[in-house]
Amino acid sequence: MAHGPAKGIGRWLRATNHKDIGTMYLWFSFTMFLLGGFFAMVIRAELFEPGMQIVKPEFFNQMTTMHGLIMVFGAIMPVFVGLANWMIPMMIGAPDMALPRLNNLSFWILPFGFSLLASTLFMPGGGPNFGWTFYAPLSTTYAPPTVNFFIFGIHIIGASSIMGSINIIATILNLRAPGMTLMKMPLFVWTWLITAFLLIAVMPVLAGAVTMMLMDINFGTSFFNAAGGGDPVLFQHVFWFFGHPEVYIIIIPAFGVISAIIPTFSRKPLFGYSSMVYATAAIAFLSFIVWAHHMFTVGMPLAGELYFMYATMLIAVPTGVKVFNWITTMFRGAITYETPMLFAIAFVILFTIGGFTGLMLAIAPADIQYQDSYFVVAHFHYVMVAGALFSSTAAVYYWIPKWTGRMYNEAMGKVHFWVSFVAFNVTFFPQHFLGLAGMPRRYADYSLQFADWNMVSSIGAFAYGASQLLFLYNVIATIVAGRKISDPKVWEGAEGLEWTVPTPAPYHTFSTPPAFK
Amino acid sequence: MASESSYYVPENSWIPVLTATSLGSMALGAGLFVQGKTPLILLAGVTLLACVLFTWFSTVIGENMRGMTNAQVKRSFTMAMGWFIFSEVMFFAAFFGALFYVRVLAVPWLGGEGEKAMTNSLLWQGFSAQWPVMQTPDQVLGGTKFVGPHENMGFPGWGKVLEWLPLWNTILLLTSSWTVHIAHHAMKHGNRTRFNVFLAITVALGLAFVAVQYREYHEAYTTMGLTLKSGIYGTTFFMLTGFHGFHVCLGAFMLSIQLLRGLKGHFKPDDQFGFEASSWYWHFVDVVWLGLFIFVYVLG
Repeated sequence: MAHGPAKGIGRWLRATNHKDIGTMYLWFSFTMFLLGGFFAMVIRAELFEPGMQIVKPEFFNQMTTMHGLIMVFGAIMPVFVGLANWMIPMMIGAPDMALPRLNNLSFWILPFGFSLLASTLFMPGGGPNFGWTFYAPLSTTYAPPTVNFFIFGIHIIGASSIMGSINIIATILNLRAPGMTLMKMPLFVWTWLITAFLLIAVMPVLAGAVTMMLMDINFGTSFFNAAGGGDPVLFQHVFWFFGHPEVYIIIIPAFGVISAIIPTFSRKPLFGYSSMVYATAAIAFLSFIVWAHHMFTVGMPLAGELYFMYATMLIAVPTGVKVFNWITTMFRGAITYETPMLFAIAFVILFTIGGFTGLMLAIAPADIQYQDSYFVVAHFHYVMVAGALFSSTAAVYYWIPKWTGRMYNEAMGKVHFWVSFVAFNVTFFPQHFLGLAGMPRRYADYSLQFADWNMVSSIGAFAYGASQLLFLYNVIATIVAGRKISDPKVWEGAEGLEWTVPTPAPYHTFSTPPAFK
Repeated sequence: MASESSYYVPENSWIPVLTATSLGSMALGAGLFVQGKTPLILLAGVTLLACVLFTWFSTVIGENMRGMTNAQVKRSFTMAMGWFIFSEVMFFAAFFGALFYVRVLAVPWLGGEGEKAMTNSLLWQGFSAQWPVMQTPDQVLGGTKFVGPHENMGFPGWGKVLEWLPLWNTILLLTSSWTVHIAHHAMKHGNRTRFNVFLAITVALGLAFVAVQYREYHEAYTTMGLTLKSGIYGTTFFMLTGFHGFHVCLGAFMLSIQLLRGLKGHFKPDDQFGFEASSWYWHFVDVVWLGLFIFVYVLG
């Protein structure tokens, strides 16, 4: 156990160390983030002005589809798995993940899966062009032939998520240091326990959905074909039974990150710890019974519309508990505004805006107006970007000193934050106006009255994209030449086992269970 | 070595990345194969997967026999198997959900039930909802893409109950769950012969189940006109029973590996995780069958 990392590429290919695997997840995720971001830049460049300038409409459809798929499955989900790999064993006093070899398998599936998915862009017929939600019959009867690669790609990516989640659950339930009861775990660990449960519950349903597509396309079944007695709407039910919990799979670990950062920089313990745990569990439970709020316009019976409307609104209660607790944690705290804290505060504000627009969308009669408009695009980017991405960026700034033993450049971090914060809002706030004015999503062109706000949105998007290169530079500069630090407790107000081990964290953190009060 | 400390971390290993390679090649190969292109990449992937899984399991078994697997690691394995079975439950849930949805909602709507009268009169005039769907909406309008079956798999009446294959399959599978339990009990009391005999009976019952299901499928295709293409009834019937049958094959394979291990004397009364995990899987397959028997056959 005393030995350090192996030399050369074998260290990464043959890895069983949770820190190495976590690092690979983080870099893979950032690579996918840049690729998905590049697709977003293509989209915003085309929408800079009305009319078709840069790409053909068919390619535009592939860009919106791939942007969504890559960002959801390739960037956001893996970044939190990377953080889980790095932090959970250190936070609970474990030597490593419970199943280290399975852990490496979970990671290495991803490069194969995403290479397959991305390579479809260069195949005859082009890549997936049916939107990241791949509704039938667009994704079945009218799909390009490459849809089969998409289907099998989703299968192995899903297998990776399931194996990763099994590993995380086994680690948390089985490898905690003596004395760390469930209700003493850091909230990040709690949120991942719940997220892993959600993943194991819904990734198989996604596998079922793509399997049904595969059979309809190639083997003559009629799941989604009314001519055979099936129903295209069935696809939407199966997909969103996966898809709504998926949204929380993305955001719940973000809650954990924010619940670690805000107490540190407020120099106060987290307010309402147990209510945070219960609220997270309540959100996870509700996520299973609200899926059809994504489908208010498909012609559901009235009773269904009402049920899904009210059930969805219930989610605001536990979410409100969380936001209340974060704000109350800051209340009368000795707050300092380092980069992670700035991103965390921005998270609380912007995620709340995304939550409020979600509440608007939950109202079935109103949603019939908003459905498939840019209002929806603005809503979920407030949750996905300002929620999931801001929190994972905050997490990197927060923990990178512990990972590397080097401090990032605070001034550059602050510049990154302010450019991101302003550019994000310039990009997505106007999309609320566009949507309310009636601009539909996923079109390559638009009517002239939408021109001004689209140009503003595109300028914001370019600035947001550029600011991420600054982030990349800051991270590399920290690893290569950051100011060395050695205090185990990098941040004055930080609490928890991960801050008791040396900085940088040794290759093997704990070889015997640490004492935990 | 890790075994000296109270925590266990395995050495670096090529196995996981090779497993990922095999899965990647299977995904690419399957995508090519379903489009009618070369099956070679798929076959290469499957072969590689078989090899690496053999190596992986051999390694873990070897580690356990050398005493490197402490109680905590065994607990991790136990949890992992339990959660894996839960993920399988959710996979079947997707297909059961599809069955309930089409049966309770979609097919009656196509038949014009309630508010959906216009669907029927404008699009599928003449289609009347029934389950099993013996005549598809396509067929009613003169189409030939989806042609319903002449017969279905439902309960044939008490007079013919003994010729009803799913009843026999239910008996076979329930018996096999019982025999695997006896085998487990025998091993816990150190009775290896009894263990081997009852595990062998279990595997034989599993194979008998597969044989009966093969006969049922053969009848469906040759005499009943029931195929994957015979509309939503054939779709749900074959996908649910087909995935279940595949899991029976997988479970029988797992148990036969455990039988070979039992013959080699791998198991001890207090250390038999490989067998226990396979038997949980077997019980899970049995429970899924009960769901199928009720919702696909008896109520079908």
